[in-house]
Amino acid sequence: MSLLDASGGGICHKEEVHASSSLPKHLDSDSPLLSVRSVAKRYGARIGCKDISFDLWPGEVLGVVGESGSGKSTLLGCLSGQLRPDGGEVLFDTRDRGPVDTLRMSEPQRRHLARTDWAFVHQNPRDGLRMGVSAGGNVGERLMATGARHYGRIREAASDWLDRVEIDTGRIDDRPRQFSGGMQQRLQIARNLVSGPRLAFMDEPTGGLDVSVQARLLDLLRGLVRDMGLSAVLVTHDLAVVRLLADRLIVMKDGRVVETGLTDQVLDDPQHGYTQLLVSSVLQV
Amino acid sequence: MYVAVKGGERAIDAAHAWLDRSRRGPVDQPVLDTAQIRDQMGLAVTRVMAEGSLYDPDLAALAIKQACGDLIEAIFLIRAYRTTLPRFGASIPIDTAAMRVKRRVSATFKDAPGGQILGPTFDYTHRLLDFRLMADGELPTEPLAEGDETEPAATPHVLSFLNRDGLIEDAAPDETPPADLTREPMELPADRALRLQALARGDEGFLLGLAYSTQRGYARNHAFVGELRIGMVAVEMDIPELGFAIEIGEIEVTECETVNQFKGSRSEPAQFTRGYGLTFGQTERKALAMALVDRALRWEELGEEDQGAPAQDQEFVLSHCDNIQATGFLEHIKLPHYVDFQAELELVRRLRAGLSDHEEDAA
Amino acid sequence: MSDQAYNFAYLDEDTKRMIRRAILKGIAVPGYQVPFASREMPMPYGWGTGGVQVTAAVMTPEDVLKVIDQGADDTTNAVSIRKFFQRTAGVATTERTSEATMIQTRHRIPETPLTSDQILVYQVPIPEPMRFLEPRETETRRIHALADYGLMQVRLYEDIARHGEIATSYAYPVEVAGRYVMDPSPIPKFDNPKLDDCPAIQLFGAGREQRIYALPPYTHVRSLDFEDHPFRATKADHACAICGSASSYLDEVITDDAGGRMFVCSDTDYCAQNAKGGA
Repeated sequence: MSLLDASGGGICHKEEVHASSSLPKHLDSDSPLLSVRSVAKRYGARIGCKDISFDLWPGEVLGVVGESGSGKSTLLGCLSGQLRPDGGEVLFDTRDRGPVDTLRMSEPQRRHLARTDWAFVHQNPRDGLRMGVSAGGNVGERLMATGARHYGRIREAASDWLDRVEIDTGRIDDRPRQFSGGMQQRLQIARNLVSGPRLAFMDEPTGGLDVSVQARLLDLLRGLVRDMGLSAVLVTHDLAVVRLLADRLIVMKDGRVVETGLTDQVLDDPQHGYTQLLVSSVLQV
Repeated sequence: MYVAVKGGERAIDAAHAWLDRSRRGPVDQPVLDTAQIRDQMGLAVTRVMAEGSLYDPDLAALAIKQACGDLIEAIFLIRAYRTTLPRFGASIPIDTAAMRVKRRVSATFKDAPGGQILGPTFDYTHRLLDFRLMADGELPTEPLAEGDETEPAATPHVLSFLNRDGLIEDAAPDETPPADLTREPMELPADRALRLQALARGDEGFLLGLAYSTQRGYARNHAFVGELRIGMVAVEMDIPELGFAIEIGEIEVTECETVNQFKGSRSEPAQFTRGYGLTFGQTERKALAMALVDRALRWEELGEEDQGAPAQDQEFVLSHCDNIQATGFLEHIKLPHYVDFQAELELVRRLRAGLSDHEEDAA
Repeated sequence: MSDQAYNFAYLDEDTKRMIRRAILKGIAVPGYQVPFASREMPMPYGWGTGGVQVTAAVMTPEDVLKVIDQGADDTTNAVSIRKFFQRTAGVATTERTSEATMIQTRHRIPETPLTSDQILVYQVPIPEPMRFLEPRETETRRIHALADYGLMQVRLYEDIARHGEIATSYAYPVEVAGRYVMDPSPIPKFDNPKLDDCPAIQLFGAGREQRIYALPPYTHVRSLDFEDHPFRATKADHACAICGSASSYLDEVITDDAGGRMFVCSDTDYCAQNAKGGA
């Protein structure tokens, strides 16, 4: 199955991006931000994911759905550099050198990318936060890791971001342990977005939260994605989440893509039998 | 008036003279002979040899005497002596299958070729103080049974029987020369040979605690003592001028092989796994503990789960098992730290006064 | 055992060569921690075995040795190490900083400026500046390899957020020649500026941790800080009660049960010279 044909969704989206974009001018959305080609990952004899190819366009949010064990988290790990795929290419349109295969980047380059132009939001905020470091320190770490050395300005940026994710700035010196689950998740988002990334990887960002807390978080995420012109790959089993956030969907089963298309199209008129089961919630996801 | 609070040479000399006097004890008692320590405190001597990494009962006895019976201090003396010795080369691996055993037990088989030999053991003794030893130290001597002293025939390893049937993972000979942690800095992650080397000189108490923790569920590995054997083995060395190996001496060692929980899957047949311990002298608690810790540290190669248990964490185990490193660093906190403490004192005072550098600037 | 049983300066020549190779590598890559096969020494780990090995490896019979602990020549451990080298190497010793060709130190840098024909050897307990932020050696090695030092700056940020200033008063981390972050050993931060652009060779030995690192002469050493919270070398705000120096690092001495105290120079040689008017 070729997913390249499905890029129409991305192109449609292009005008919106131009309308609200804060991207540097040379980053023309005539070219995809992320191009994934034939990514595959095996665990011994078992297939983690196979034959995954797609393009992600600037400002676009791509949802990856499927039941647990379908390979969606493996795929996210491969794309974000946390797992090493057995084959394929993950081309990212870097600011200075244009499209570069991140799988063949050196470790320092990949780390640099991971703390500047990329964001990774874990399902469990504990995996993405330093629990022993204050909220301000958590948000400021990326800035300090890339050379910021002015305490006042780092603090100002941290304070500004706490405000943007609706955390009382008076709590800047509190540690995340003292925060509720929803606040921790918002703090994790602030910690990632402070560097002004262009691409976010999100792994079940609303998982494990109460429904009302989920709604607030989704609302916040939607606003941030739109304001920052952020592109995202969003892995979730929750179809309500992708309906709210994703422009386009990939449906995975047994490590392979079974269906792809615009979110509304896939959810309202599923073509593949598996997707139909998924949408009608026959499958326990 | 300010008097020197800093100690000096005279204080050190006086303290050491005092130590010498207290080591000697009351002069109306006979002085302890190092030969007596060597021959009558044999298990203390073998522990000092094992953790001191130097097989020399006379020097170990001297070290125990000099250290007033403090075994870690004695081990320290031996290590500091050992490190100055020239290194002529390495022996060829000892052949424990050819051991002249004085003790050999298996917990996995009731009997095995070669038999079970209890040997000199505390096992099954009643731990009752024997006041006869206090009275005169002489015990009624019973003649040793015929043949007890020597066991000329080689005793095959119990685990080799399991191995023949493929029931236990193969321990194929590896010709790679192992790294030497006394000659090269330890590099982590360490391979199994290097880990075993560190464990062999590691502190008995530390390894005992770790091994015990695996039994209590912190990385449990279901160990059976396949075989524990103690006895003399020949040490042989290749002599380049001769072109072949000759025996240069004999040492006593304790070897423990454990049979541990099996691995296997739908595609791979089930097999028991191994843990291994080898130490100088009769040091069976240490050898057992070493085998359990060795097995726990192998979780990664055996595809087991990291349970976050201390005994699975090779950096934790290898960085902390050496009692000479540990005691030195622990005891160094007795050294003066005036300068650092002074710096902290000023900082705390300044913080308490609310006069941080920052606010001084603002003022 | 007679002392003739040991080689000059205790260690055998092979060991010394191995240590010298590590030192040369350390000098070639300033601030980088070079692993070396530290030997057991006749003094305990944590009591200066790293410094003693470095000193023994570079010592020549013509050297004049000074040993200080907490800045003083007469502290017990300094006495013990000086005696060790007198006994095993028979070298001349001195308490005068200016007369020494080699100075082994624990926790201080002498007040008297060092010169280009001197070697300063530090005893180091924990060579890894990131150790208390990241306990794993495999991870700290990666941090150094990638110069990924954001975490250290976060620690300093947290200090200011909590205390209003960087609450590290000794073993204050430094950046060496714009590359490696290094632990200067537990010297008070008052001494940090003396590390920078120093004409002497500075060698650091950590015996238990098996690491050697070095600062070649005239290396740029910068104490980590923030632009708006610059590093500042601090000391007790007093003058020495013996020599009157207002610029040297001071020890606080409790003089009576009622809490009376006085401040005296930690560097005994500097104090004595200053009192004579010679420093």
